[in-house]
Amino acid sequence: MKFTLKIWRQDGPQDPGGIRTYELDEVSEDMSFLEMLDVLNEQLIAGDEEPIVFDHDCREGICGSCDLMINGEAHGPEVTTTCQLHMRSFHDGETITVEPWRATAFPVIKDLMVDRSAFDRIIASGGFVSVNTGAAPDAHATPVPKENADRAFDVATCIGCGACVAACPNGSASLFLGAKITHLGELPQGQAERDSRVAGMVAQHDHEGFGGCTNIGECTSACPKGIPLDVISQLNKDLRTAIKHGH
Amino acid sequence: MALTGLIFVGYVLAHMYGNLKAFAGEAAFNGYAEHLRELGEPLLPYSGFLWIARVVLLASLVLHVYAAVTLWRRARAARTTKYVVKKNKHSSVSSHWMRWGGLTLLLFIVWHLLNFTVGKVNPQGGPTNNPYQLMVDSFEVWWLTLIYLVAMVALGLHLHHGVWSAGQTLGLTNSVRQRVLWKRAGLVLAVVVAGGFSLVPISVLLGVIS
Repeated sequence: MKFTLKIWRQDGPQDPGGIRTYELDEVSEDMSFLEMLDVLNEQLIAGDEEPIVFDHDCREGICGSCDLMINGEAHGPEVTTTCQLHMRSFHDGETITVEPWRATAFPVIKDLMVDRSAFDRIIASGGFVSVNTGAAPDAHATPVPKENADRAFDVATCIGCGACVAACPNGSASLFLGAKITHLGELPQGQAERDSRVAGMVAQHDHEGFGGCTNIGECTSACPKGIPLDVISQLNKDLRTAIKHGH
Repeated sequence: MALTGLIFVGYVLAHMYGNLKAFAGEAAFNGYAEHLRELGEPLLPYSGFLWIARVVLLASLVLHVYAAVTLWRRARAARTTKYVVKKNKHSSVSSHWMRWGGLTLLLFIVWHLLNFTVGKVNPQGGPTNNPYQLMVDSFEVWWLTLIYLVAMVALGLHLHHGVWSAGQTLGLTNSVRQRVLWKRAGLVLAVVVAGGFSLVPISVLLGVIS
């Protein structure tokens, strides 16, 4: 397969950056999107050019490192992570535009790589259970109704990739927040810190410069893990309860 | 945003009910306008209820616009570099029209109050102290009716997303069933309110009400 790639190149945080166009031939349809970029990078290195910087780690769709805006869609046209997206999802001869996540809270480090430590700081402001809840076998000691366990597990699949922020017209991270709040809020271990958790995480979210949610729903359609929009309602409900309790 | 929005939903439903009195004739329509002023008497003074409603609505409007401007500014600050290519995948048209549609409604409200409440402009030069005649004279002018119909499209879109969004903001849509319920409520209210309001101007233009 042959592609015309329009890729965002930016030397560093201060560089204004811009789109550069590359031609790539003999791409296998079974390559992942990242492998295709690897091939392009080898070509660039061979030509004594600076390779394109992009984030990746596990390449198994579970770490949340890869983060590319492909043709205006977070992680591209399929509901999956960029590493699990294959070139067969595009047609031969297609022009593909690749950009980094665009959010003030996710500043560009270089080219397609952004700094997502804002998410880490949000987690550090409440997205945890402070006490040791035991090792894996101890999980059986605390019964959890199946309905709660299912919901907690479904939203715990959030890998913190930031696609929700990238897709949101408001640049809000409410889906990420909601997933974390709902995950711990559904479990007995998460109850003691439930109020302080939501208050702390929302305050940090706003402090980082993410936008406010207007329930448009682009986040949930971009989410590679299919986190549903009702976690944002849960987030608002928990926040309301926390405010009522004096937070 | 959600609470003031729901106040407006209650208000437009009551307003639409009053407008539909036009189909019952001049006496019923003007009588209703008079009853609104007498509502709550003798506990409240003449026009007392109306003034309470006006104060509540004005305060809601100020808060609603303030919240909207804050969200708009936050959104602009949250993404200063725009995407070269950006697709919207599954979001509704109404959700993308909240800001410009809301601004359209704000301008419309100013015009609407000048037309019927504060200024009482009769475009045909007829009486201005007779609500029924003022309404008929206004809607017989095609471009005035058109302004109102455009505003009703904006209102319908605003309600379609706004009602469901209010449910989300208030934390009342925590399951698939609740989500579907609130989305349906938004659609039904949008169709009923925008449709109900549009009936009167269209009927005047077609000569059903004269």
